[in-house]
Amino acid sequence: MYRYDDFDHRFIDERVAQYRDQVRRRLAGQLTEDEFRPLRLMNGLYLQLHAYMLRIAIPYGMLNSAKLRKLAHIMRKYDRGYGHFTTRTNLQLHWIKLEETPDILAELASVEMHSIQTSGNSFRNTTTDPFAGAAADEIEDPRPYAEIIRQWATLHPEFSFLPRKFKIAICASKEDRAAVKMHDLGLYLHKNEAGEVGFEVVVGGGLGRTPYLAQTIKKFVPRRDILSYIEACLRVYNRYGRRDNLWKARIKILVNSLGAAKYAEEVEQEWLASDREAIALPDSYVAEMASAFAPPEYDRRPVDEASLQQAIAADPAFARWVKNNVHPHKVAGHAIVTISLKEVGKTGGDISADQMDLVADLADELSYGEARVAYEQNMVLPHVRRDALYGLWKRLDAAGLGTSNKGLVTDIICCPGLDYCGLATARSIPVAQRIAKHMAAKEDEIGPFAIKMSGCINACGHHHLGHIGLLGVDKNGEEVYQITLGGDAGHNAAIGSILGPAVKSDDVPAAIDTLIGVYMKLRQDGEQFPDTYRRVGQAPFKEALYAPR
Amino acid sequence: MQIVTGNRLRDGAVIYFAGAGEWTPFIDKALAAEDDHANALLAEAQVGPVPLPAVGPMLIEVRREGDHLRPVTLRERIRASGPTTGPMAGHTALDANKAASGVDDYSI
Repeated sequence: MYRYDDFDHRFIDERVAQYRDQVRRRLAGQLTEDEFRPLRLMNGLYLQLHAYMLRIAIPYGMLNSAKLRKLAHIMRKYDRGYGHFTTRTNLQLHWIKLEETPDILAELASVEMHSIQTSGNSFRNTTTDPFAGAAADEIEDPRPYAEIIRQWATLHPEFSFLPRKFKIAICASKEDRAAVKMHDLGLYLHKNEAGEVGFEVVVGGGLGRTPYLAQTIKKFVPRRDILSYIEACLRVYNRYGRRDNLWKARIKILVNSLGAAKYAEEVEQEWLASDREAIALPDSYVAEMASAFAPPEYDRRPVDEASLQQAIAADPAFARWVKNNVHPHKVAGHAIVTISLKEVGKTGGDISADQMDLVADLADELSYGEARVAYEQNMVLPHVRRDALYGLWKRLDAAGLGTSNKGLVTDIICCPGLDYCGLATARSIPVAQRIAKHMAAKEDEIGPFAIKMSGCINACGHHHLGHIGLLGVDKNGEEVYQITLGGDAGHNAAIGSILGPAVKSDDVPAAIDTLIGVYMKLRQDGEQFPDTYRRVGQAPFKEALYAPR
Repeated sequence: MQIVTGNRLRDGAVIYFAGAGEWTPFIDKALAAEDDHANALLAEAQVGPVPLPAVGPMLIEVRREGDHLRPVTLRERIRASGPTTGPMAGHTALDANKAASGVDDYSI
C-alpha cells in the first residue's frame, strides 16, 4: 500500500488545520452557510435529511487493518456505530456533528486518510478491481496507476473547477470488475505484441439522467504517456464542456454531442501540442510506485487442501459460501474472499464498527493486513490461504458477515435513498430488503443475477446497469419504481431499457419474481440473464408483467 | 397549514421553529401558520442570533391529527421520525416525534 511521505503528511495536517478554523468561524457566525458550504463540501461534508454526512475517501477501495480500526473507532465515537460503503468505494457516515468534524479529519489523517474530493466538480475517487494484485486473470496490478492518477489529480489547479464531477476507473484483467464503461474516463490495461504496457482509453460514460457507455477513443496509449493523454482529455472537456446547464455538464454529453471521433480528434491535437514530457511516466517512476504495492511474502507452505474439501463436503452452508464468495488467486494455495455486506433483511453496504474491527483482525491474521471495498458495496480479503477458509467463514458467519450471496439476486446494489439522502425522491433500502426477503429462497436456482436500485435519477445505485434496474420516483406523493431490463456492468456493458409503466412500491417484489420467472423459463443451457434477454428481447417480460390478469 | 423546519447548525439534527426565536426538535411544539401567513412565519424564523441555530430554514406542509402535527410529504415524515430501515436508537427527531410517522413500526 502506498504510504504517505513527509509532503503528504504536512499537506493533510495543514488541510485539517484550515478546516478546523473554517468550522470555528462558521460556528461563531463569521461565515454564512453560503460561504461555508463550498468549504465543507471540499472536505466531503454534506448536510442531508437527518444530520451531516461525511464521505471518507478510500482510494481505489484499498484498506489496511490500521485504517479499518480507525474507521471503526470513528464510527463508534462520532457516529452511531456503523457506516455505509458507496458504489464509489468510499465510506459514508450519516450521523455526523459539524462541531466534531475537525477532530474526525485529524483522526483520519493519523492513518493517512482524508475526505478531500469526495464532493465537488473535480476528480473523484479513482476506482479499480477489488481483486487487484491478487486476481488470477490480471495482466498487471492496476493500483500503481490508480495511485499515480490520484496524486496527479488531487487538487490539480487546472482541474479543480471542472464543468462537473469526473470519475476514472481502471481495469487490468480479463473480467471487468470495475464497471469501467460507466465512467467519465476509463482505462483498460493491455500489453501490445512487444509486451509493452499501455491503456485503451474510453471516454464519455456515465449514468444519471442521460446514461451513456464510454466509447473507445484510443486503442493503446503507452503507459509513459497516459497522464498527458488524460490531461488532454480533461483540457478538451474543460474547454468545451457545458457550464450553463447542470444536467448537460458531464463529459458524456460533450462526447456524445460532438461524436466520439470528433472528440478524439480534438484530444489528439491537444495531446500532440502539449508538453508530454512534463508529466511522462518513466519506467523508474512506475517501478518505484509499483514497489509500494509489492505482493506480500506469501506463506508458501503446502496447503492442506484435503481438510478444506472435507469441510466443504461436511458443511453445505460453507460449501455454498465457497462456491459463491471465494475466487481464484494468482498464487497457488491462496484465494480471494468476498465478504458480503448484503445479509438478507439488513441494509446493503452497511457495516458496524464491531464488524469493521473483526475484518481488521481477520485481515491481519489471514490476509497480510489487507482488505478492499468493491463497488458492489461488499468487502474483500484479497490473500487468504485456502486451508484457512473454513475458520474464516465461521468467524465471519458468527458476526453476520458470512452471507453466501456474492453475485446473486440478493446481492443488490442500493443507494441510501430517501431514508438519508437529500436528493432522493423515493426510498431504496426498504424496497431492497423486501426484494431480498422475497427472492432469497430461490437465489441458488436463479444463479448469477444483478439487481441495482436508485432512489433518484442521479443513479448512485447504478440501476441502468442492473439485469433488472429499479428507479424510485415520486408520483404525486406516491413512491413508484420504474423497471429497466438488460443492463450489464462488465466488458459487455449495456444500459437497461425501460420496460413499461412504473410499479407501486408494494408490488415491486412480486414484479421482480415475475420477471425472473420468465427468465428462468426461457433461459437455455449456459445462459445468464443478459444472454437470454439479448436472445428473446423485452416482449415476453413485458407480457408477463403487464398483461391483464 | 405550514411550519418552518431546518437542520441544527452544530449537529445537523432536524429542528422546527417554535416562535420567539426558539427552535425545537419536537414537531408538535412547532409554530404553525395557515398558508396565507406562512411567508411571514418563515421571515420571522430567519431573524435571530448570528449564526442562526438552523441551517436552511424552509416551510413544510403539515396536517393536524389530534394533538399532533404530521408532515404531508413522505420526505418530511422521514425527517421527523427517522429512517424507515429499522429502529434507530438515539435519533433526535425519532425520540421527539414518534407520532409524526403515524405508525409504530417505522414502515411509514
